[in-house]
Amino acid sequence: MSGHSTYTPKTGLTRWLDSRLPILRLAHDSFVDYPTPRNLNYFWTFGGILSLCLGVQIITGIVLAMNYTANAALAFNSVEHIMRDVNYGWLIRYAHANGASMFFIAVYVHMLRGLYYGSYKAPREVLWLLGCVIYLLMMATGFLGYVLPWGQMSFWGATVITNLFSALPLVGPSITTWLWGGFAVDNPTLNRFFSLHYLLPFVIAGVVVLHVWALHVVGQNNPTGVEPKSKADVLPFTPYATVKDGFAMSLFMIMFAVFVFYLPNSLGHADNYIPANPIVTPAHIVPEWYFLPFYAILRAVPDKLMGVLAMFGAIACFFALPWLDTSKVRSMRYRPTARLYFWLFVLSACVLGLCGARLPDDQVIPGLKTFTLIDSDPNSFVWLSRIAALYYFAYFLLITPILGLVEKTSPVPETIASPALNAKKA
Amino acid sequence: MTLKLLSKAAVLAAFAGLLSFGGAVMAATTEAEAPKTQFSFEGPFGKFDQAQLQRGYKVYREVCSACHSMSLVAFRNLGDKGGPFYDPKYPNSNDNPVVKAIAADYMVDDIDTETGDPSKRPAVTADYLVAPFKNEYAARASNGGALPPDMSVLAKARERGPDYIRAIVNGYKAAPAGLTVAPGKYYNPYFPGDMSSSWKGDPNDVPEGGVIGMPPPLRDGSVTFDDGTKSTLDQQATDVAAFLMWAAEPKLNERHQLGAAVLIYLLLLSTLLWFSYKTVWKHESH
Amino acid sequence: MSNLAVGATIDPGHASDDPSRRDFIHIAAIAAAAGGAASVAWPFIDQMNPAADTLALASVEFDLTKVMEGMQVTIKWRGKPLFIRNRSAAEIAAAQKDDNAPMKDPAKDADRVKAGKEQWLILIGTCTHLGCVPTFGGGDWGGWFCPCHGSQYDTAGRIRKGPAPLNLALPDYAFLSDTKVKIG
Repeated sequence: MSGHSTYTPKTGLTRWLDSRLPILRLAHDSFVDYPTPRNLNYFWTFGGILSLCLGVQIITGIVLAMNYTANAALAFNSVEHIMRDVNYGWLIRYAHANGASMFFIAVYVHMLRGLYYGSYKAPREVLWLLGCVIYLLMMATGFLGYVLPWGQMSFWGATVITNLFSALPLVGPSITTWLWGGFAVDNPTLNRFFSLHYLLPFVIAGVVVLHVWALHVVGQNNPTGVEPKSKADVLPFTPYATVKDGFAMSLFMIMFAVFVFYLPNSLGHADNYIPANPIVTPAHIVPEWYFLPFYAILRAVPDKLMGVLAMFGAIACFFALPWLDTSKVRSMRYRPTARLYFWLFVLSACVLGLCGARLPDDQVIPGLKTFTLIDSDPNSFVWLSRIAALYYFAYFLLITPILGLVEKTSPVPETIASPALNAKKA
Repeated sequence: MTLKLLSKAAVLAAFAGLLSFGGAVMAATTEAEAPKTQFSFEGPFGKFDQAQLQRGYKVYREVCSACHSMSLVAFRNLGDKGGPFYDPKYPNSNDNPVVKAIAADYMVDDIDTETGDPSKRPAVTADYLVAPFKNEYAARASNGGALPPDMSVLAKARERGPDYIRAIVNGYKAAPAGLTVAPGKYYNPYFPGDMSSSWKGDPNDVPEGGVIGMPPPLRDGSVTFDDGTKSTLDQQATDVAAFLMWAAEPKLNERHQLGAAVLIYLLLLSTLLWFSYKTVWKHESH
Repeated sequence: MSNLAVGATIDPGHASDDPSRRDFIHIAAIAAAAGGAASVAWPFIDQMNPAADTLALASVEFDLTKVMEGMQVTIKWRGKPLFIRNRSAAEIAAAQKDDNAPMKDPAKDADRVKAGKEQWLILIGTCTHLGCVPTFGGGDWGGWFCPCHGSQYDTAGRIRKGPAPLNLALPDYAFLSDTKVKIG
């Protein structure tokens, strides 16, 4: 937050500290006195929820590392040792494993909120880019962590993902050998993945600090997309946002607890309870649910290199978004046409997720056999994922740039407070 | 307002949908769906049925353990809280006389500290259940090349594990005419596999299921239950499935109980925070 | 944004609010959250305590015929050294003679062995000062001498000189026969 601070140290000790390390001033300006738009809805509570998720993952992770053995011969049994012998080990491990899924649920809501309300638009481009970096780091951390239990899905997930790099011309094979530290995924791979899995969350925490810093420079966006203009538009962070965030976190924890205590393996895959076996691949390889849309894009493309590029391109679209959007209006609340395309985008991402969990040649409508289009039946998940992937890319690369130039928007209010006040009158 | 609500509902539905895909089994399964069994440990208040675990342990010990190891389960676990031989008189399962007696029936490998030679000694409660074969090769050699999987986490390593185990053990059928089953293999409609290559009938009507290396392991009266329960094949299959679920998830009782306490706490906390939130925002339009 | 000062605060001017009731709900919510956070700490602390497999570590049985008179055998038990010493008649006599000598941690020799098996002294072999392993037969009393900080133990394992505060600890053990002992 730029601008002057309203912090006044009250005791001798805080005055002494304030002139040496103004950390209390920083905390006060960031989390107490920080002006937040008064019209934030519950989608804005996910930033706080995400910090909670990161904290849960780091704390449970440090504790798991105290009991885990990163060795190909011992890893699987050490996880079972945690589940069976370590005091509350089952709770900590289930919290960590399901915590990863909770983290991704929260981050997807957070990202879609940014997409819907135009939170990536000037002057928040750097804020958005830092968020994209966090998302990339989260995906890397999630993938590395999934390898550690050294079950069948761990092993084959690691094999498939590292083999993506073999698609690169010339250097591909050398890169995969380098990643593995051998000629296949094996003990050296597990050791380095464990090391990196322990490191990356702290990198994420560092980027989160930058993300919050950038946020406090430009201020929060809000559902109207109109910048606060006066005191009437804002409220102090504490108590208004703190109590709302706290309430939302508590609700989120209820969902988290239901998974940890009652559905602890529902988001995982049964095959990961079979110890890694380098000579047998499980019948169905599927990544964790949060990677499914990208996995579907990978498989939708019949060419290996192009598939890998499309998959990474799908993530790159998020980075480019601030410069792809030509709309002058920030929030989709006043962009009815954009809203329609946005929900179609959400639908396409969900359809891609569905396709990622199915075999490419499975029939979408069971029993309906049509004809062969290029390489397979149009009534197959591979064709469904192609259609969804086309829309996914079209949304970023065509719809978003063109729509901003041609769409008809509804009137945008002068200030944040005005629609709120109007609503009250009406 | 309605639109707003609708769009909120759509977001929630979309994410719930995305979540459910993640856990979903891949399609293209050719095996029959295992019938649903009502086990005592299901549902938020589910608990293991100790008598059933004891029966299931007897089936495992007298039949399954001839081929299947259970290397992650120690004798002491049998007397842990929630386990088949838990006795409140012995909170430390290592003191439980039933568990001690079970362990003492087995001989485990040791090293003679005097000579350095391999030796045998009676097992103690801290030892792990004794595997029937020395190693994977020995196991395969004795089972026509097939490896009987370790049973420690088997119930979690299969989708709908307990139902699947019961269905497999209970579900052997004579191979339909037109299906070639190699000698030493057995047809089972619940076992995953693709039999189109060994099927001589209508290619659009390949029988479901696969061939399994395990001969039908149980029949009526295979074991005699100590509690007088009639020892039917289905009873044995159900009990051993429950026992294997216990072996795979021994902390299930504890998890369900703690979960209830945590949820009650979170509901209370959420209620308090809701009122706190309403109080704070009382006079602010938003 | 930068020229904005924070303005809105809770409006105190609403007479219908009872301030004590209003505060109560906040205090209750904060207390509930703090209580929850404190309870969550326990599993994270308790996971560092010995796990069930560690607690179940087997007791050891030991064949006493391996120890000659006047000698000691050291075996590993629960990750620590265990001294099994076959004391000579002279060593037993020396220990009993000192039963009433001034000591930091007074104890009778008879209380440190099993009756009728006075030659067998079984001790946990870690110095009660800071956990080093004392060397056999060293020191002025012919018991043990700790190389780390010079604590000296007599032939009953009692602390006689140096910084250690207590006698060498006795494990739980029982004689299964004249030649076999079970420790733990």
